[in-house]
Amino acid sequence: MLPISELVEPDRVHHTVYTDPEIFDREIENIWEKAWIYCGHESQIPNRGDFYTVQIGKQPMIMVRGKDNNIHVLYNRCPHRGTQLCGARSGNTGSTFVCSYHAWTFNLDGRIKGIPMAHGYDGTRMGYDNPSCSVKTAARVEAYRGFVFASLKHDGETLEDFLGEARIAFDDMCDRSPVGEVEVVPVCHRVIQHSNWKFFMENQLDALHPSVTHQSTGIAAGRIEQELKKKGETPPLYYHYLSTFASSFEKWDSVQTVNLPLGHGILTGYMGLRPDDQDTKEYVQAMYKAYGEERAEEYLGRSIHHVLVYPYLSVQSSLQQLRCLRPISANKTMSEIWHFRLKGVSTAIYRRSLWYYNLVNSPSTMVNADDLENWARGQRGLESDGGDWVSFHRNYGSDTIEDGVTYSSTGMSEGVMRSQFSAWSKYMEGSS
Amino acid sequence: MTESRLRKVLLEDVVIFGNEEASTTGAQSIAPDHVARRAYRDTELPARASVRSKMELQQEVEEFLFYQSELLDGQHWQAYIDLFASDGVYWMPVTLDQTEWLDSPSIFAEDKNLMRVRFERITHPNAWSQAAEWSLSHVLGNIVIESEQNDEVHTRARFHVMELRRDTVRHFGGTYHHTLVRQDEEFRIKLQRVDLMNGQAPYDFVLQAWL
Repeated sequence: MLPISELVEPDRVHHTVYTDPEIFDREIENIWEKAWIYCGHESQIPNRGDFYTVQIGKQPMIMVRGKDNNIHVLYNRCPHRGTQLCGARSGNTGSTFVCSYHAWTFNLDGRIKGIPMAHGYDGTRMGYDNPSCSVKTAARVEAYRGFVFASLKHDGETLEDFLGEARIAFDDMCDRSPVGEVEVVPVCHRVIQHSNWKFFMENQLDALHPSVTHQSTGIAAGRIEQELKKKGETPPLYYHYLSTFASSFEKWDSVQTVNLPLGHGILTGYMGLRPDDQDTKEYVQAMYKAYGEERAEEYLGRSIHHVLVYPYLSVQSSLQQLRCLRPISANKTMSEIWHFRLKGVSTAIYRRSLWYYNLVNSPSTMVNADDLENWARGQRGLESDGGDWVSFHRNYGSDTIEDGVTYSSTGMSEGVMRSQFSAWSKYMEGSS
Repeated sequence: MTESRLRKVLLEDVVIFGNEEASTTGAQSIAPDHVARRAYRDTELPARASVRSKMELQQEVEEFLFYQSELLDGQHWQAYIDLFASDGVYWMPVTLDQTEWLDSPSIFAEDKNLMRVRFERITHPNAWSQAAEWSLSHVLGNIVIESEQNDEVHTRARFHVMELRRDTVRHFGGTYHHTLVRQDEEFRIKLQRVDLMNGQAPYDFVLQAWL
């Protein structure tokens, strides 16, 4: 493994950052098992004893609703002999975790509750008063507007500081509800990509790729959309979601990327979610009533296409979609795909995020299929000896930096990748 | 010394089962019923074949479903879409207990227009993911006619699909529920419900066409 400074240059990176298992292990240590990692939404576990298992780096964890209504994040491991305590992906464990091997029992916060035949431990270092007889917990757990994060290290910035301006992902999602809250729709699609996780993160703010990669779907949807219009019908809004992918290079170039410290980023651009129909009018009225006209207009008019929380979350806040990466190895990554329901809005408004979820983010996606294909081809290409470097030169030198935020000169600037790798270097050198 | 102790231990009369006095055992004695278990498959039983005497209808349904599979495996997409009634829907719900697709997420929920979008997409020369070799092979079985009412026939069948993509084979299995209607003497699909057995397992890649 080369030193980090030789792997990452301002305008290009060495191909091994995508392929080297040793670098991957360093990432697990320096990023995934250190930074704040998304665990889930509070509404996934509404009742006492509800749990959801989650992977943080290489650690199998349990997010559980405790007796005190607090959320705890525990290692899914019995302190006795190491057996995983939860065998299901999610469920309710009642008031206790019971180990399936020797019936050690634990409170929902992980504290030891019962050791069978406890007298057998008399005179040994194990016993009720030894904290290592309790389930190990994540070092820190915090939530922001209902979204739960954990960090496996005690030191480091607060969640709020970690998120920084990328908080807008959750603010924009929740603010679109007249009561300021969302709840999870309890379906999580999981898709495996045969590529390094970085492909996904770069792709999400890569405005040059949609009209190339997704043109087949954009063109097909646009054609049927026009056909319906010619017949005098109003095509459902979801045709627009798909046909937008085939917009011209110039259109995509007119958006902008805002690159935040720590690798987070925002792709601006407005999805046209305010058609002039009765459902929208009622929704806008409810928003005016809740927040006043000025603030409601600010919430509804935000120019946000995607927000990235580096290195693992892609949030489409205006459509309440969230994708979370769980890296498996240098060349394999799992994405978990969720969507949320705005509280206090009509079914008609919910359907907008539902149809986006079905058509773009479900396993039958007509969009992500071609991304996955690109990333798998990309991974295989970078594993080859066909070249040493990956280029991020487009619009290099023309970004503007203000208060630590890098604004791209055009939508298609590869400033996104340059900014992500600048954050990556800091993590990997242990200075973040 | 060791030998005689071992001999003694092995001759001890200890019975570790059949203890009638103990009311609880193992984990139960530590944490009885710590989880409220849901009743085992406390759902409606599948419908029995309703038209056992009508062999002709049974044969007609089987022939139709087999033909549908051949169209999918042969990638005769337009002919497959033509099997659907004008208001027909191809639906793959996420869960078995789902009853509608308008207000809850589905894996597929496509009317004929959306099916045409998918058809035109996968046949577009720049559908990049289609560059890899790709084919499907369906096997159907357990075909049952659940009911026949007012020109609507409700059928149930099991499918097993193998998919080859690039160098990898995947397997999909599950149940079809078809609502068939008659149009010009021919069956048309009003609803094809596809309950994929492994629909919530992680997907290695995605589903590009109808199963």
